[in-house]
Amino acid sequence: MTIFEKSVAGRKGYELPVYDVEELTCEIPQHLVRKEPPMLPEVSEVDVVRHYTDLAMKNYSVDRGFYPLGSCTMKYNPKINEDMAALFTDIHPFQPRETITGAVKLMGHLKELLCEITGTDDMTLQPAAGAHGELTGLLVARAYFEDKGELEKRRKVLVPDSAHGTNPASAAMAGFEVVELKSGEDGCVNLDELKTHLDESVAVIMLTNPNTLGLFEKDILKIAQMAHEVGALLYYDGANLNAIMGRTRPGDMGFDIVHLNLHKTFSTPHGMGGPGSGPIGVKKHLAPYLPVPVVRKTESGYDLDYNLPKSIGMVRSFYGNFLVMVKAYTYILTMGNKGLKHVSDMAVLNANYLRKKLSKLYQVAYDRICMHEFVIDNEEFAKKTGVKTLDIAKRILDYGMHAPTVYFPLIVHEAMMIEPTETESKMTLDKFVEIMEKIYNEAHSDPELVKKAPYTTPIRRLDDVTATKFPVFRFKK
Amino acid sequence: MHRYIPHTEEEIKQMLQEIGVSSIDDLFVDVPKTIDGYNIPEGRDEFTVKKIVEGLAKENVHFEPTNVFLGAGVYYHYIPSVVRHMASNPNFVTAYTPYQAEVSQGTLQMLFEYQTMMCELTGMEVANSSMYDGASAFAESLLMATRITGKTKMLVAESINPEYRTVAKTYTKPQGIEIVEIKYDETGRIDLNILRSSLSEEIAAVAVAYPNFFGVIEDLKAVREVIPQNIVFIVVAEPVSLALLEAPGKFGADIVVGEGQSLGVTPNFGGPGIGFFTTLEKHVRKMPGRIIGETKDLEGKKGYVMILQTREQHIRREKATSNICSNQAYIALINAIYLSTMGPQGLKEVAWRSYNNAHVLAKMLEEKGFERIFKGEFFNEFVIRVPDNYREKWHNMVKEGILGPIPVDRVYKTLGPSALACATEVNTKESMKKLVEVMSK
Ligand SMILES: Cc1ncc(COP(=O)(O)O)c(C=O)c1O
Repeated sequence: MTIFEKSVAGRKGYELPVYDVEELTCEIPQHLVRKEPPMLPEVSEVDVVRHYTDLAMKNYSVDRGFYPLGSCTMKYNPKINEDMAALFTDIHPFQPRETITGAVKLMGHLKELLCEITGTDDMTLQPAAGAHGELTGLLVARAYFEDKGELEKRRKVLVPDSAHGTNPASAAMAGFEVVELKSGEDGCVNLDELKTHLDESVAVIMLTNPNTLGLFEKDILKIAQMAHEVGALLYYDGANLNAIMGRTRPGDMGFDIVHLNLHKTFSTPHGMGGPGSGPIGVKKHLAPYLPVPVVRKTESGYDLDYNLPKSIGMVRSFYGNFLVMVKAYTYILTMGNKGLKHVSDMAVLNANYLRKKLSKLYQVAYDRICMHEFVIDNEEFAKKTGVKTLDIAKRILDYGMHAPTVYFPLIVHEAMMIEPTETESKMTLDKFVEIMEKIYNEAHSDPELVKKAPYTTPIRRLDDVTATKFPVFRFKK
Repeated sequence: MHRYIPHTEEEIKQMLQEIGVSSIDDLFVDVPKTIDGYNIPEGRDEFTVKKIVEGLAKENVHFEPTNVFLGAGVYYHYIPSVVRHMASNPNFVTAYTPYQAEVSQGTLQMLFEYQTMMCELTGMEVANSSMYDGASAFAESLLMATRITGKTKMLVAESINPEYRTVAKTYTKPQGIEIVEIKYDETGRIDLNILRSSLSEEIAAVAVAYPNFFGVIEDLKAVREVIPQNIVFIVVAEPVSLALLEAPGKFGADIVVGEGQSLGVTPNFGGPGIGFFTTLEKHVRKMPGRIIGETKDLEGKKGYVMILQTREQHIRREKATSNICSNQAYIALINAIYLSTMGPQGLKEVAWRSYNNAHVLAKMLEEKGFERIFKGEFFNEFVIRVPDNYREKWHNMVKEGILGPIPVDRVYKTLGPSALACATEVNTKESMKKLVEVMSK
């Protein structure tokens, strides 16, 4: 039942303090005064508590169990992170500078840590999510070429077909023409394919490495060299940096711009779809174009630098999703140098362990050593059994776990993208394998059973085709 | 071993064996090793980490909300305890985008209800389930206006929050969109004569804020009468004010956007907040962001799913209506819980008290010789003329525990020395008296 149906006229769940200020008359012109109150729920505090508790119980979350959403990095979110963020909730972004010293310092420290981790020279913490970071990074690239007088000729951004959907979307928003690079046989960027597109009309090559197949672009150093030879920039989608921490850095591999998803690699919770935080680090030559303000070390501490005449401007108000930064900062302090490497080691170990185990039943799209995630290709499986990836996903829900990412990347048609993350134990992984085995057997013995799943969830399979054809956007009485 | 990472030495050995490699390093053969660890400190225990972060928190000045008279886009309101408690449920906090609807009905229903509430407040037909913040929502409304009309020239009121306009310029420049800023008149409202003479065939949209950055309430009826029907009418609204002000939808708005921070969200040093985005059904396919819709399951039970996803980046890639993926869904939850708790009556009382306190404060300041700069009727903020040395005074007020009206003349240079004062329901008679006293010293 919706909260609107629980509403009873005249009921209330709030109480405001005693009010002893003289009351004036309302001077708002009559035609601008609201005539009908908005239909908001009229409920008691207990009603609110029960409603939202009930909704929460209908959700699956990392705190409930395994959530192997590939590319989304659903790792455990340490509780201390929340406590630390709560220390900063009551400060106003426009407080006088001298009253926000601690917050600015925290941003300064975080920036320095992230520059070290990415191998970049400067950074903005302003973007509110990964895709927002991509847009920011591409706007920085654009400003750079504009400044050099090359924007007219550099119209293209090259993006592999295995890229996350936000990459081409961001490039288009930044006003570039998107050229798709077909992946090679081995799931990596094909150098010959790259060569046919790479010339001085290219502004940026956007790569995720490891890519969305969970594979490391083994030719990365060569690709960087090729990009720079024609004067193009190399962009790193670092949403999933959690595979390589402590061993290599995007900046060292030749990337000029890097975005991070603090809400993935750095353990901040995803909040059902956000907030995230998508800082971008850049090499020196791009620093003048970063959005303002940029936090910088000064003689006396840290300060907010608004004096960047070549800046792209701002990409959101204030400084970004600051509380998310506090959580990421807390995490980095907690894990430290060796801890972060251990994170990647265990994330990669878990992924390879699962890959190996599952490859006995399912077909792994590229069955070689993977990084933090890998992709199963169920095309043959579906042909043989009639059971599609979507059905398997729904059946996993019945067994009490969350399903992996499905139908992504687009280049694998019946894709199932699995990312266990480092915070899952061998015991959990074995349990998942057991479930996948059961489903494998069911698909062969009783495919209809799997095709009608799920059965045990708060609701059965939903009709999203009708939902989109005849959309119902809101509750109506 | 680490407390967040469960692997024992023995398990690692077994797993490596299963994979068929002899060491962890064997899993990284493709990766060029450029570093051996980072030049950052080693990890620390929880007690020590807390001390470090608490130390940074203590370096900030925390003001009593009653003593805050600074708004400018971020507002202190009273947030009932129930809001934080319900929003802290880990099944909300640690879930992600509802890719598997059957185990995400909590998220989906909540967002559907949030969308309904935003439609109700704004008087619009469709809301999405959130944008990053008010500024980026505004920027995306201009991009959407171009998709609707095929035109690229925008008339934007200069009285829209300066940060929103800055962000909008950053977003729209690559699309070749031209933004023409329209001056305000002596009332603080958009100058209708200038607006009228700036109209032409090329115009895609006209945008105003309601109330605007000066706190002044724009006459949406008068604005809509000036602009032809085929021009997209964008309103940047402050959601608390909408409990008192007629909904923009009633005046023919095509898109209503804004910042939802004032609906139960703490100031958070400017983020996270939330951008809300609403429009009419006829424009929905041009709209950015995720939308949740109602449907049925195969047994006929009511449920919720993400709809119209073909507009989104994961399917349309470079042709998508926006690149937004992770949004601010968790903040939408806070908005929904707050609005459920306050209801229509509570929100109206909050709006009324904010209005009343601001007007009482304006009167008190006027009596001390602080002149209000704009004649137009205002909501919870107003601009006053201040002495030349006000900026110094503003900093000094901190010693009295007061976060005073913010100087705005650096942005609005032609106004001369001026400050934007704000009051909400959290200010008291006492605190307002104290502010006036400190300001007139
Ligand atoms: C590889 C990759 N790139 C970019 C993004 C976009 O990040 P966000 O959702 O924070 O905008 C994601 C996650 O969604 C991702 O996995």
